[in-house]
Amino acid sequence: MVDYSWPEPDKRALIGKRISRLDGPAKSTGGAKYPSDIRFDNLLYGKFLTSPHAHARIVSIDVEAARSMPGVKAVRVVQDAGSEIQWAHDEIAAVAATSEDIAFDAVQAIRVEYEVLPHYVTEGDLEAAPLTKPGSERVTGDLDAGWAAATATVEGSLSIPMVNHCCLEPHGQTVIWDGENLTAYCSTQAVSTLGFQFGGPLKIPASNVHVLTEYMGGGFGSKFSVERWGIVCAELARDAGQPVKLFLERDHELAVGGHRPSAFAKIKAGADSEGNLVAWSSESWGSGGLPGTGTTPLPYVFKIPNRSHKHISVPTNFAGAKAWRAPNHPQAAFLTMSILEDLAAELEMDPLELFRKNLSMVAGDRGPTYEEELTIAADLMEWKANWRPRGSGSGVMRRGLGLSIHTWGGKGHRSACEVTVHPDGGVEARIGTQDLGTGTRTVIAAVLAETFGLAIDEVKVHLGDNRFPNSGPSGGSTTVGGVSSSTRRAAQDALFEVFEKVAPELNASADELEAFGGRVFVRGEPDRGLSWSDAAAKLGLNPITVNGRNPGKGQLNDGGVGGVQMADVNVDMETGVVKINLLVAVQDVGLVINQKLAESQLFGALIMGVGSALYEERIPDPHTGRLLNANMEFYKLPGLGDVGEFKVHLMTGPGYDERGVIGIGEPPSVSPVAVIGNAVANAIGVRVPHAPFTPDRVLAALAEKGGQA
Amino acid sequence: MNNENKRPSASGVSRRTFLGGTAVGAVATGFLSGALRAEEAADAVAGETVVGPGKVAVTLTVNGQSFERELEPRVTLLDALRDHLDLTGAKKVCDRATCGACTVLQDGAPVYSCTVLAIAAQGSEITTIEGLGTEGDMHPIQASFVDNDAQQCGYCTPGFMVATKAFLDAHPNPTMQQIEQGLGGNLCRCGTYNGIKAVLQSGGRA
Repeated sequence: MVDYSWPEPDKRALIGKRISRLDGPAKSTGGAKYPSDIRFDNLLYGKFLTSPHAHARIVSIDVEAARSMPGVKAVRVVQDAGSEIQWAHDEIAAVAATSEDIAFDAVQAIRVEYEVLPHYVTEGDLEAAPLTKPGSERVTGDLDAGWAAATATVEGSLSIPMVNHCCLEPHGQTVIWDGENLTAYCSTQAVSTLGFQFGGPLKIPASNVHVLTEYMGGGFGSKFSVERWGIVCAELARDAGQPVKLFLERDHELAVGGHRPSAFAKIKAGADSEGNLVAWSSESWGSGGLPGTGTTPLPYVFKIPNRSHKHISVPTNFAGAKAWRAPNHPQAAFLTMSILEDLAAELEMDPLELFRKNLSMVAGDRGPTYEEELTIAADLMEWKANWRPRGSGSGVMRRGLGLSIHTWGGKGHRSACEVTVHPDGGVEARIGTQDLGTGTRTVIAAVLAETFGLAIDEVKVHLGDNRFPNSGPSGGSTTVGGVSSSTRRAAQDALFEVFEKVAPELNASADELEAFGGRVFVRGEPDRGLSWSDAAAKLGLNPITVNGRNPGKGQLNDGGVGGVQMADVNVDMETGVVKINLLVAVQDVGLVINQKLAESQLFGALIMGVGSALYEERIPDPHTGRLLNANMEFYKLPGLGDVGEFKVHLMTGPGYDERGVIGIGEPPSVSPVAVIGNAVANAIGVRVPHAPFTPDRVLAALAEKGGQA
Repeated sequence: MNNENKRPSASGVSRRTFLGGTAVGAVATGFLSGALRAEEAADAVAGETVVGPGKVAVTLTVNGQSFERELEPRVTLLDALRDHLDLTGAKKVCDRATCGACTVLQDGAPVYSCTVLAIAAQGSEITTIEGLGTEGDMHPIQASFVDNDAQQCGYCTPGFMVATKAFLDAHPNPTMQQIEQGLGGNLCRCGTYNGIKAVLQSGGRA
């Protein structure tokens, strides 16, 4: 029967190659229609009135003036009098009108009276928190013995603030009703799961809901749910009897559309004179808004034998955090790798040697992987030639190098794929996944075409539809492993059915056949065969359709990776400005389906990390509880000139491919803040303890050290 | 103020005139508030046509084609393109002239269409991403974006592409410093700058 496996390297015409994304032309010409681009002749535009207060009770709300405005077709009170509002920009009421401007006017005409209540939005000031949720202290080993063995110790108080997803396409959807059936064009990472989420609140069966996401403008972990705006949009459309488009305004998007929890920590760590890590204790706290936070996994990657950690979850008056590309890992990497680099500096040791020396402490059996990656990264960075002891530079412009290591899972998610082979040789796949811009569509096409021995443009991939066989949400770097596994299995099964039809004519058995180069032939005897179209014609009148499922980790896909990154920066000692020279990323990945797109994931993760390292932070106003920078002028994303050069290396090929396909969207986003922070410390001779490393913070750290600011 | 259907000529109306005439209603549009001062409004009255706040006939020339629509004077060029002409390539992201996702060419020069009024764009040649090339016949810059994987989710791509076109027209063989300055007005969230730099360094030739 069918042996589900990836083709041998010499039989890979597409897998692992540098193929351009198939939807590139559509995205490059304006032809790609995103959910926010969907239009209908009688489309209405929805808008929200949101709360100006971070904590308040609604005393009264009057929407009559809005309701009676010409062009306003529906008005809904989202939270009525008596409701307690727990964050600024929470949704209070919504309107749908014939134009964006009329909708805007209508929102302005709604009158709300609030009883303003005390708020808390500055979790850095832990003592002022009205409520904290302390976790228990976790102790491993013998801390007293650890500290006794330590000849060098360092202590640090570090922090990394909440940052926003800031997807360029805001959260939202365009919806249209047909009787009791809803079609929703959603900007989502989870097309297969939204039918049920719409159905419940709208009191219609999930099977009445058709969700479509042909394209979507970025998610990064923030777009898994239908959210209140999805339901309200559908209700407005039902009330009005017309389709409604409702996407969040940018200030609303930045305030509630998704952020990553902050992390603050007081850490002490010790090593012996040889650089062996012997003791660690940490207390961390942070907030992801009203729900607080999960624990920050400290110490990160290095399981120091004697260690203790305690985490305090701090609720603040912000909307709940959303999953943000490798949840908790970037914060933990920054906190841990900073302290380890400080420890290396204290020991007057090259941190590369300190990291190497302690690889036996990493979880799993990943030590050798890290060892290999450190060697490759050091070569790419020319670490040996370029690294200097901390603060040993001189002059106005100081150069520094930093490093970090990280880990992630990335095994394939639950996924089903339906493959159809037509008698004319046409091959198509239907799969309820979505392409976030990671290249999922192109990956599926490559797997499909490779299996049938066809060119990539000879197959069709249909995705972004909840009526296709369902796949998991695109989170946790699970998509590529899931969809490539389900697609490969469905395709291999369908191909075998074709082989069974063809085999008698070739005087062979089905399992002796292979498909490659547009032909079906007896393995090892290319002349004993026929063209793919002649083979498919043996199906007669009936196409064949086969479903494949990803049975889990270890079946064409795997999870569990390590990665190493390094940074080379310049710091201007007079202005405090940090400039990236070079970022190096070496990433453990398994079998790569598309080298070009996989590298793009690394570039993207590094660039997003530059944002967290140098520019991005939610700045709350302690007086009003609102964000001071709920716009893209002052919530700063890195620009094209801010990111420096890159060298990336994927740990793939013989020795790695055997593991199968592993997701790569998240792991390379873990270390950038840590490596840039370590490079800055190496350059200027002192730790900048609070991210992002803005000029004022760099100068403050220098001033505290007593240096020339 | 109530010349509902009077067609403003390109030279007969300016954003300043419009605001002078509709100061009360117009401050609703966020990007205008604060941008204009009372003295500007005051000196804008004499001799110029005042239109709005109701709909007026607006004629736009986009990608070589002429369109006539009835629009409120406060409608931005971006909203006119997206909501009234079905040209959805240009995207609304920051809606206040920061991110460049709405970039179009006005007489060959890149502008943030979220911050240009549709009535003020009359009489000029507007070029959007849809006017650059088609999927079957891409402009070399478009082909170069695909080839260099200078896009992921693709939401910033149309604006970036149009800005790239204008930049390369002016700097066919740019230095990296020129690239970093010239394309600093467009933002990408997925992190595709590496590919975009490659497009620009190749001069947009695929």
